[in-house]
Amino acid sequence: MTEKKKEVLLQIKGLRIEGYSDDKWTEIVHGVDLTLHRGEVMGLIGESGAGKSTIGLAAMGFARDGCRISGGSVEFDGMELTTTPERDRRALRGSRIAYVAQSAAASFNPAHRLIDQHTETPTHYRIMKRMESQEDAMQLYERLRLPNPQEIGFRYPHQVSGGQLQRAMTAMAMACRPDLIIFDEPTTALDVTTQIEVLLAIRDIVEQFNTAAIYITHDLAVVAQMADTIKVLLKGNEVEESDTRSMLANPREDYTKSLWAVRSFQRDQKTRPTGDVAPVVSVQNVDAAYGKTKVLDNVSFDIHAGMTVAVVGESGSGKSTTARCITGLLPPTKGKVLFKGEELPASYKSRSKEQLRQAQMIYQMADTALNPKVRICDIIGRPAQFYSGLKGGELKSRVDELLDMIELEPSKYYYRYPTELSGGQKQRIGIARALAANPTFIICDEVTSALDQLVAEGILKLLDRLQKELNLAYMFITHDLATVRSIADEVVVMKQGQVVEQGPKDEMFTPPHHPYTDLLLSSVPEMDPDWLSRVVDERGVDNIGEAADTSA
Amino acid sequence: MGDVLDIIVKRLALGAVTLLVISIIIFGMVELLPGDVAQAILGQGATAENLAALRARLGLGDPAIVRYFDWLGGAVLGDFGRSAVTDTPVGDLIGPRFANTLFLACYAAVIAVPLAITLGVIVALLRNTIFDRVANVATLTAISSPEFFLGYILILYLSVKTGYFPAIAKLSSDMTFLDLLHRTFLPALTMVLVVVAHMMRMTRAAIINLLASPYIEMARVKGMPAWKVIVKHALPNAWAPIINVIALNLAYLITGVVLVEFVFVYPGIGQLLVDSVTKRDFPIVQACCLIFAATFILLNLAADVLSILTNPRLRHKK
Repeated sequence: MTEKKKEVLLQIKGLRIEGYSDDKWTEIVHGVDLTLHRGEVMGLIGESGAGKSTIGLAAMGFARDGCRISGGSVEFDGMELTTTPERDRRALRGSRIAYVAQSAAASFNPAHRLIDQHTETPTHYRIMKRMESQEDAMQLYERLRLPNPQEIGFRYPHQVSGGQLQRAMTAMAMACRPDLIIFDEPTTALDVTTQIEVLLAIRDIVEQFNTAAIYITHDLAVVAQMADTIKVLLKGNEVEESDTRSMLANPREDYTKSLWAVRSFQRDQKTRPTGDVAPVVSVQNVDAAYGKTKVLDNVSFDIHAGMTVAVVGESGSGKSTTARCITGLLPPTKGKVLFKGEELPASYKSRSKEQLRQAQMIYQMADTALNPKVRICDIIGRPAQFYSGLKGGELKSRVDELLDMIELEPSKYYYRYPTELSGGQKQRIGIARALAANPTFIICDEVTSALDQLVAEGILKLLDRLQKELNLAYMFITHDLATVRSIADEVVVMKQGQVVEQGPKDEMFTPPHHPYTDLLLSSVPEMDPDWLSRVVDERGVDNIGEAADTSA
Repeated sequence: MGDVLDIIVKRLALGAVTLLVISIIIFGMVELLPGDVAQAILGQGATAENLAALRARLGLGDPAIVRYFDWLGGAVLGDFGRSAVTDTPVGDLIGPRFANTLFLACYAAVIAVPLAITLGVIVALLRNTIFDRVANVATLTAISSPEFFLGYILILYLSVKTGYFPAIAKLSSDMTFLDLLHRTFLPALTMVLVVVAHMMRMTRAAIINLLASPYIEMARVKGMPAWKVIVKHALPNAWAPIINVIALNLAYLITGVVLVEFVFVYPGIGQLLVDSVTKRDFPIVQACCLIFAATFILLNLAADVLSILTNPRLRHKK
């Protein structure tokens, strides 16, 4: 490995990329250099807007629509990609440089079977015959530890789970045995337990074929497992680069240090009020179903005033469904929801305006949860008007007050549209909209998972301050245990529609755990380059994503 | 697949209910036509006896509701009654005319649908180029011009000046199939020009709408050439909206062609309908309207089912 590493495969020099927006070209990558040797894995990290994906695609001589390479050189194995005709560059893509996208579920074409998509590039460029490529696909599926490797390729993407799709996409990238693979946040959309399977599969196959890779992510702990060297990017500029171990042990630049230090936010854990106080929300033995499929089974937990209950679990565990039962969007088939000791009607349709006002929601995707055609003042003003009947000047001062609460200057933001705001600001507007109803209880559904870590921390601090000021109760749905650690008072762990464990946070984070909780906790990547190997040793390759038989 | 059958049965049942409602509306509208039917048919010179005899034959003395159910009962069994004017069975009058209309519609559709989809794919591929603009302007001009105008222009250039095709689409029983195609080419072409723009633009829009999808970017970074990205990766996911627009246009080819038939003196159902309205031959008017309604319903049903069949999520369950 050491000898081979010396040969330079990809040499990027002074790369400049421009993006087209507001009728003009603006530079988004300002002269980045990158050298990658054969068989080497480089991690590119940074927040959104750092230009990671753009640089990754430029390494294939590819620019997204509305982007163009405006300067510098990209030399791949002796070929200058910026001047090569598109036809020849295209022939490289898929065969010698492959790409693995963030969301395999969205990046596989829903209209074709996996194997047909897998064999497309090899057969199009006559590298392999169809049957040959199909055989090879099955072998790759097996190496990537996909279940039923002989059969899984003949399914359509919607018939395969997210983690399996991500591995199938890695297999597809391997179809022509490329020299270089660009991994663009391949595990960001996955649960921790699935992520660990995919990480291991990717690491093993890249090693087996001695493929060079650029691994793009915003998650330092992940990149620590995968990369030989790490390059840190900020707003289209390189911050620093060095090998993984020294980067982790000894970051030079302040920005890198600040990335290392995120999640410093930690607030004191509150305990339940003593005595006989009715909880704000009490979910009691709730069952729910979508059609005939049962999705919740006997779910019970309480949320007290001024407290944050984090509901954690993998996707499909019933977290959001529980929220839908509480808000009445999905009437439970069994059990009931109490609000301050009073039973709520099952469906929101039969709840009073006052009952509706008390419970509000903040959503994961602020982008889609805010109407892009409506001004901020109306987005926030509408619920204030609907629930409190405010009008005219009163309404305006209420909206101003709400904007103040979320730390956005009223005079600047009052008349703006959501599209003019950043992701974090949009999420703040989502919070203000929930507050406008003057609720006592707010459901936060993965509110920080679409945000960069620093921005997410700002949102968490804001939510915490608002909770103290207004004595709000939060139900905090998340799959991110670091968030739980920083803001929760109590934790409810869900799996397959059931509550497997619940209790105060400090108890949940100290052993002994329920085996499933233990699995979740130990699957969160750590900032230690040897973490993945250690977990593999502990759990074995085949059970990497499954709970240990005995609880710790 | 059981689900698809389920949907078809449900939609057919719904279609039948819709048709029933429409039959009431059609019957009511004909009832509402002003003036006396018998008088309108026989003209000003009719004697009182003649009028009375015609009223008795048509059953005009009965209350509307009785006549409605008589008519509906017959229509369900395929008997639409007899012409009020000539007393021949309505089925005999409509049958050959409807067959002619169907033939012309199929003729136009066989040209228009593949042409529209091919053009749509090409303009999507060459979007924002000169070709795209020219194709858009040309088809939009065609769709914006009145049909009779298009028809006359075609007659002028392809018939009067050059003599390539006959200007009048008269049919006779001893024609060969090729003769038939030749003689009806101009009306078919007129209809093609009228419907192509809509379908082409929907194909273009549906494809372009998908080009920002991650799986399209994936196909591009997999090294697929642009035409393959569009034909193999975008088009299969764009069928649903395209099929619905095709169905609407096919329905139009059957029900909206009165003017084209008139210009080319083609013996289709549209002309019969117009003649019958002026002559107050209400059994024929009712039957034609009912057939048109059924055409719309069946074509939309077909579009829905085909849209479902093009969606792998619905075709292959988890």
